[in-house]
Amino acid sequence: MRADAADQARARDAVSAAALLAVDPQTLGGAAIRALAGPVRDQWLALVRGWLPADRPWRRMPLNIADGRLLGGLDLSATLAAGRPIAERGLLAEADGGVLLLAMAERLSAGTVARLSAVLDDGELRLARDGIAATVPARLAVIALDEGIEADEGLAAPLLDRLAFRLELDGLRRLDPEAGGFDAASIAAARARLAQVELPDAVITALTATAGMLGIASLRAVWLATRAARAAAALDGRDRVSEVDGTMAARLVLAPRATRLPSAEPPPESAEPPPPSEQDDSPPADPPPPPPENGPDSDEDAPPIDLDPMLQEVLLAAATAAIPPGLLAQLKAGAQAGKARASGKSGALQKAAARGRPSGSRRGEPRAGQRLALIDTLRAAAPWQRLRRQERLMRGMAATASAPKVLVRREDFHVARLEQRRETTTVFIVDASGSSALNRLAEAKGAIELLLADCYVRRDRVAVIGFRGTTAELLLPPTRSLVRAKRSLAGLPGGGGTPLATALDAAIELADAIRRRGETPGLVLLTDGRANIGRDGKPGRMQAEADASAAAKRLAASGHATLFVDTSPRPQPGAARLAGEMRAVYLPLPFADARALSTAVKAVSPSGRKQG
Amino acid sequence: MPLPFPFSAIVGQEEMKQALLIAAVEPAIGGVMVFGDRGTGKSTAVRALAALLPAMEAVIGCPYNCAPDDSSDACRTSLDQLGKARKKTHKVPVPVVDLPLGATEDRVVGALDLEKALAQGSKAFEPGLLARANRGFLYVDEVNLLEDHLVDLLIDVAASGENVVEREGLSIRHPARFVLVGSGNPEEGELRPQLLDRFGLSVEVSTPTDLQARISVVRRRDAFERDRAAFIEQWKPVDDKVRRRIVAARKRLPDVQVPDAVLERAAELCLALGTDGLRGELTLMRAARALAALDGDAVVGDAHLKRVASPSLRHRLRRNPLDDAGSTTRVERAVSQLFGA
Repeated sequence: MRADAADQARARDAVSAAALLAVDPQTLGGAAIRALAGPVRDQWLALVRGWLPADRPWRRMPLNIADGRLLGGLDLSATLAAGRPIAERGLLAEADGGVLLLAMAERLSAGTVARLSAVLDDGELRLARDGIAATVPARLAVIALDEGIEADEGLAAPLLDRLAFRLELDGLRRLDPEAGGFDAASIAAARARLAQVELPDAVITALTATAGMLGIASLRAVWLATRAARAAAALDGRDRVSEVDGTMAARLVLAPRATRLPSAEPPPESAEPPPPSEQDDSPPADPPPPPPENGPDSDEDAPPIDLDPMLQEVLLAAATAAIPPGLLAQLKAGAQAGKARASGKSGALQKAAARGRPSGSRRGEPRAGQRLALIDTLRAAAPWQRLRRQERLMRGMAATASAPKVLVRREDFHVARLEQRRETTTVFIVDASGSSALNRLAEAKGAIELLLADCYVRRDRVAVIGFRGTTAELLLPPTRSLVRAKRSLAGLPGGGGTPLATALDAAIELADAIRRRGETPGLVLLTDGRANIGRDGKPGRMQAEADASAAAKRLAASGHATLFVDTSPRPQPGAARLAGEMRAVYLPLPFADARALSTAVKAVSPSGRKQG
Repeated sequence: MPLPFPFSAIVGQEEMKQALLIAAVEPAIGGVMVFGDRGTGKSTAVRALAALLPAMEAVIGCPYNCAPDDSSDACRTSLDQLGKARKKTHKVPVPVVDLPLGATEDRVVGALDLEKALAQGSKAFEPGLLARANRGFLYVDEVNLLEDHLVDLLIDVAASGENVVEREGLSIRHPARFVLVGSGNPEEGELRPQLLDRFGLSVEVSTPTDLQARISVVRRRDAFERDRAAFIEQWKPVDDKVRRRIVAARKRLPDVQVPDAVLERAAELCLALGTDGLRGELTLMRAARALAALDGDAVVGDAHLKRVASPSLRHRLRRNPLDDAGSTTRVERAVSQLFGA
């Protein structure tokens, strides 16, 4: 069976990736494993661990690790005992030379991802915390355990870009560790050989060209592929990278990153700009830079593409064959692969100011869930120690052994100030039916554009659901990009029935999804409230209104903040009643313009302010 | 610290390299912001620049690397404290200080020296990153992910040129004039407009799309990783040439003339684009002058203005929801309207 053959190939690739990673963990960056917790994932991890030298550190990083533990800082107990500052090593420094395992990596916050990325890039950790400034070595590989299920959950792109391998293990029953004929001894031998492995120019050229044809913009991908090819050659006991190694690198490193299928007749220079999937939020890039200024060894660049097309074809074929089936379907459908999982989201719901990232401290006593800022408290106490000790002596308290080492008083107490940024996503549910006068559509578009125009200040996002005929459709997934919003709104047609219940269901679903991602949804419903299509898609005012009323109550129960904008020229009591049922703010806006609407939305929508 | 990649071996990215050189010649430009995709050599370029800069003269023992002939107010405090050592100077490398994510405020602004406080019970100031960056560069990678309270701090210090520490019973002010270099990916979070405004130049980098350039990037990196010392040695003559160019440009800079006609052009350009405030014109003029100095020209001409227009102005445009064009396109359009025909 074909599926079986594909699974076997996937299992073999997983074993090969484990072996390559074990040969050169630090240079390859690591691997992203997309799978739920299970025996196969454990088996793969055991494989890597078993093939690494026994003395290499193997650390697991919990999801919500504090900066103090991750980066290091002041070791308080040791500091107090010794009477001088003693630094504590963070997890990154501890994992130097080994592997750092990220649990639930799809939920890492952007800040943690950036810290990890910096360490992966530099191979060292720059620390500037708690009175300690140091640069400590941290050459490590990261294995990110991505347990995302939905397409939009996944490892954050900056981290994904830095890890050589991406493996999907779900659906595999077991791995055969013997598959590649690797064992700890052969891998250790390969590690010793690695430094002398030569990388011929032809392989570099072929891998670069292959990446271009697969629409891989990042040069780091090509770089990692060349490193993987070297490791493969070393593993095979050769001193020169050959076609076979290049093929393996193309399969393992390049294929999972493909964003398009190579065209049927690839001209050698078809490395045209990648699809603008990653640049939606940024202004168009500059024209390509002028050719590089030639250095002293300009001969290195002199020959144009000198590779034999055979090699390139072999690599390309290997990579194309290894593109995961899911990705392939997406590519064929013309979807922008990788876009959906572009960002890892921290899933925490907003709570009181008892959590979040520390942002300094202020004087005060810890109460009502506030955390004592220990370091700052000690800092405040530190200068007074000598004085206080003298005071104690004067008051007749002898400096016995039982006297505390540090004299902390009430006025020293500092509490941590925490803040958590909360993103707000405003969901517009726009009635595009025939009854809702079409001109209101233009207003909705205008209001959305105005909101987006200042969303870079507010850090808000916008989504649009349009409904007409028998269906409700997500026209614009949550975005901050003005260009994208305009593009999708421009294509919103009008006319047809009013399937209000269906629209409300879709809105609740989207709002719930937004809330699960730790953001705050706000709904803005633009309609005249005259439902005439039921949930089943059949016309009939009675049933449609009953359905709409039921959906409205569901919306009320879900507790999302809602603004009901009645767009009919003469506001109807029915619409007001419906707004009451969904516990929405009711706003009849018979003659409003886009600006007035935008102001109203801003006033109602839960603004994502910081909490201090 | 591992040896950095040579500046001149960076393939392409001419706009970024030009902006960094301008900042090295004319620190008053107010910093460089580099926007770009992942893996485009943003960090590499900044670290490479550090290795390239000629050493500078500084007072021995001054924690802020004060120049011996600097008589501005902010410096006097530190010079007075030094007393006799005033005239003694030594050559120090231009500091390029990293502000890492996760840095705490006390290390950035400086704070009570914990060691002295705990061990001797004495109150001493331990200078922070801002002090170390004085007269050099402060580099913030992923500046859009920096905590808000640190951003506020940077905005304040970058504008005033001095760092005022009022904490833990300390009351200290010291000079903190540095070129702020930020890098970031706009997809991963927007930058506060106030901070963006502090950057004199903003450049956009993208991954090279030309196959030949891409191959060169990978090849050079491979050669570098294989034998860093040899690779740097190989590129040393080119790097030295760039260094000499910077030194010559610094010397020439005060004598570079800016004709009134060019100033007028700059004003017209800013007017046409509707940039806020005068900072745009000022930056445009300074950048054009520094570029002329780098090119060895004695007078600033239209050509210089044209080349610095995009980096000087593109981040100062008001966002116009009704104009789809990116800011770079808008600047280029205005430039061609003004200079063209």
